[in-house]
Formats: sequence, C-alpha cells, structure tokens
Amino acid sequence: MTGIPRRSLIAGIAALGAGACAKIAGSETGQSLFDAAEGWHRAAHRALAGRQALAPEYAPEDRSPSFKGNGSLTVDSDFYRRELAGGFPEWRLAIGGLVEQPLSLSLAEIRALPQRTQITRHDCVEGWSAIGEWTGPQLAVLLDAARVREEAQFIVLRCADVLYGKPYYESIDMVDAYHPQTIIAHALNGEPLPEKNGAPLRARIERQLGYKHAKYLTAIEAVASLDDIGQGKGGFWEDLAGYQWYAGI
Amino acid sequence: MRHTLATRLWHWVNAAAIIVLFMSGLNISNAHRYLYWGDYGFDPADAWLKVIRFPGWATLPQHYNLAAARDWHILAAWPFALGLLFIWIAMLVNGHFRRRLSTRMSDWSVSAVRASMCAHAAGSTGADAGYNPVQRILYGLVFGVLLPLMVFTGLAISPGFEPAAPWLVDLLGGRQSARSLHFIAAWGIFGFAVLHIGLALADWRLITAMLTGGHANHEESAA
Repeated sequence: MTGIPRRSLIAGIAALGAGACAKIAGSETGQSLFDAAEGWHRAAHRALAGRQALAPEYAPEDRSPSFKGNGSLTVDSDFYRRELAGGFPEWRLAIGGLVEQPLSLSLAEIRALPQRTQITRHDCVEGWSAIGEWTGPQLAVLLDAARVREEAQFIVLRCADVLYGKPYYESIDMVDAYHPQTIIAHALNGEPLPEKNGAPLRARIERQLGYKHAKYLTAIEAVASLDDIGQGKGGFWEDLAGYQWYAGI
Repeated sequence: MRHTLATRLWHWVNAAAIIVLFMSGLNISNAHRYLYWGDYGFDPADAWLKVIRFPGWATLPQHYNLAAARDWHILAAWPFALGLLFIWIAMLVNGHFRRRLSTRMSDWSVSAVRASMCAHAAGSTGADAGYNPVQRILYGLVFGVLLPLMVFTGLAISPGFEPAAPWLVDLLGGRQSARSLHFIAAWGIFGFAVLHIGLALADWRLITAMLTGGHANHEESAA
C-alpha cells in the first residue's frame, strides 16, 4: 500500500465506481430510470404547485444590470442581418401544425395583440441567473387564434438559428403552452429584443431552464407526437447531448 | 452499539446516493464555476467565489458532461430526499433521536466538549451511555442542518419547484444564494464524511455493526 499514492488510490476507487455508473448510464434500463426520475420531478412539481402556478415576478429595481446572451448569439444569414438592420419588416411567425386556422403574423401584428409584461428570472442549465422584463402576447392567445385541434399534445417552437449544423428548436407540453406566463416576447426591458437575446421573437417558458426559451422564433407548430421532430427527443439540446426534456429541475 | 434495520438500510442507501450526488454535483459545478449571492448572478466579476475546475477523476461521469451529470443528480436526489424523510420519521418513532441524538443545554458547554474529547482520547468509550456530547452535536447538525439544507437548497434552485414554495427561495436569500448554500452544504457533508469514514476505519467493528446490526454487549469505541 505504501507504494501507492493516496490520491491515486482514491482516484482508482472513484474510477471503479464511475465505471459501473457508466455501464448503468449506457444501458437501456439506466436510461429509462433517468427518464422515470425526470418524470417524477415533473409530476411532483405540478402536484405541489398546481399546473397554472406562477413563477415569481420581480420589481423593476430587481432586474440585473444586463442580460447575458448564451447559446446562439445571432443568426448567420444575410436575410437576418438585413432584417435586424431594418427592424424586421419581413419577419413572419407561422402558427401551424394541428390547427384549424394556420396563421402567419408580422411583428406589427404580434405587437397589436393583447400584451403581457413580466419581470422574471432566467435560470440557465449551467447555473447562472439573470432578471429582465419581457413583453409579448401570451402563447395561449396565438394558439386560440389558430384554434388548436384536440389531438395536439405538444407545441414545437421553430427557430432561425443554426448550431452545430442543426436548426434550433424546442417543445413544451400543453400545460406549459397555456400557462399564463408563457409569452412570445418581442421586448426586453422596454426595448426591442436585442440580437443576442433572440431578436425579434423568443419564447418565455418561465418554470423551466433557459434552453427551453427558444430564440429567433419563426414558427409555432402544434403536434401530436415529438417522434418525427428533429431526432425525436423534443429539442435541440435534447437531441444533441441528451439534455432533459423537462427542464424544471 | 446496536443499529436498527431502518438505520442500517438508510445508512447505505444514503451513502450511495451522496456519493453519486456529490460527484455528479462537481461535474455540474464545472458548467459555471462562479458562485453569487442574491437572486441573479452571471458575471464572474460579481462572484464571491471562483470555484476550481474539478478534475475528471472526481466527477460523475469522469469527463465533463452536464446532461449526463444532471441525469445522475436528478435520479439520486430521490433516494436522498425520501431517505432523509424516512430516517427522520423512523428516528422520531423508534426513539433513536430522543435517546441518542438529542442534546441537553449542558452538552453544548466547552467543558462537556472537552470531557468528550478527553474520554475518547483516553480510550474510555462508555458503550452503554451511547454517543457523547460531541457526537450528539455533530450528528444532530448533520441530520438537522446539513442534510435538510441540501434538500431544501436543491428544491429552491429548481425553477419548476419554485412556484410551489416561492417563500423558500426568499428565505434562502434568492436563487443564487440558494445555489451557493447548496455548494457550501455539499462540502460540509464531504467534511463530515471524511471525519466519519476516518474514525470508522480506526475501528472496523463499527463498519460491520452498521452492516449486521452489531451485538448488544459489544464493547465499542465510538466514531
């Protein structure tokens, strides 16, 4: 034992356990256990708080001095640069999929809808938080205008930005889609949405982590299943790296 | 000292959960290695602590992978939190807390602490008397403060749980404060574990007793 440095011994034991953990994580049983645990958290959150319970809202003076941008910080296309420079005159948000009345709205039309303004905290999966004031119509208003069909189970948020060669997208269930604080924001702190924060439109899903809050929105799609969207896991980071679809933890 | 089945079962399930939580937690810490006080915090210039990057051998998995680390953390949180609830109920029902862990005012005096240390150093163990004041205070702090603080700070930094108890986040001083406290309590538990394992290894019979339940008249030293 004297020949083995203590640190190596600890590292060896840790590696042994971690090796077993890697086996578990790599197995189908391990993955379904992780998925089950994630589902229990979601069920517990909704049972304890209620499905429509609100995330805390803050006073104007509680806002962080700036609002960090993360992930995609722009959209790399000539169209986007032209639109950004000109105030997004041609930008459209499509609302389609399992709806009776597909819509295509301009920014002016979105601003003309009933608006909700909320000062909320944004929590990134990495651990940091920022607080800002968001303004935009509730997603529920848009979904009602398009008359979502009964069989729709999820709302897919389509984005203009491309990361690692794949278009960004996210999805939420109908509980979060119709939550009163779920808005399609076009303004941050009273100004049009900055480029790094998703101009011209981003989703606010206030009870979940930042990667659900899709930026540079182009379309909202009602679907019955996520299986045929992207790689089937319900979002860009979910597909790419196995992030949790329920990001409320 | 004899250990009930409830104590033994909880002890080992909890030990496994804590190892998984701690190592996956170090991996999660590597995602943003700055700690803040208050509701928000994202600028390293505002951090009260810049945390080191934890090496792969200390983390779960053994390389940086936030998604996989969160999978483990989210899973092990269940046996950890429900286990703590279970052992608290068991300790209150079977009298373990009252007999072995509750302290009197006199236990908190310097002289009681010194007497515990001296008696321990001298090898007088007082098996039938149970835990000495130092042990009662330490175990009491672990059960009453550190372990519950881990659960409550963990709940507080979950945005999906927050609407159920927004007062909890306020009580802890905001989400970034709760995150900082989560980190501090984790290292508090690590410190306790080092002490606890070190003292148990000094008398391996304590470890077999935690496995088998031990014998009523077993002479013991106390870790």
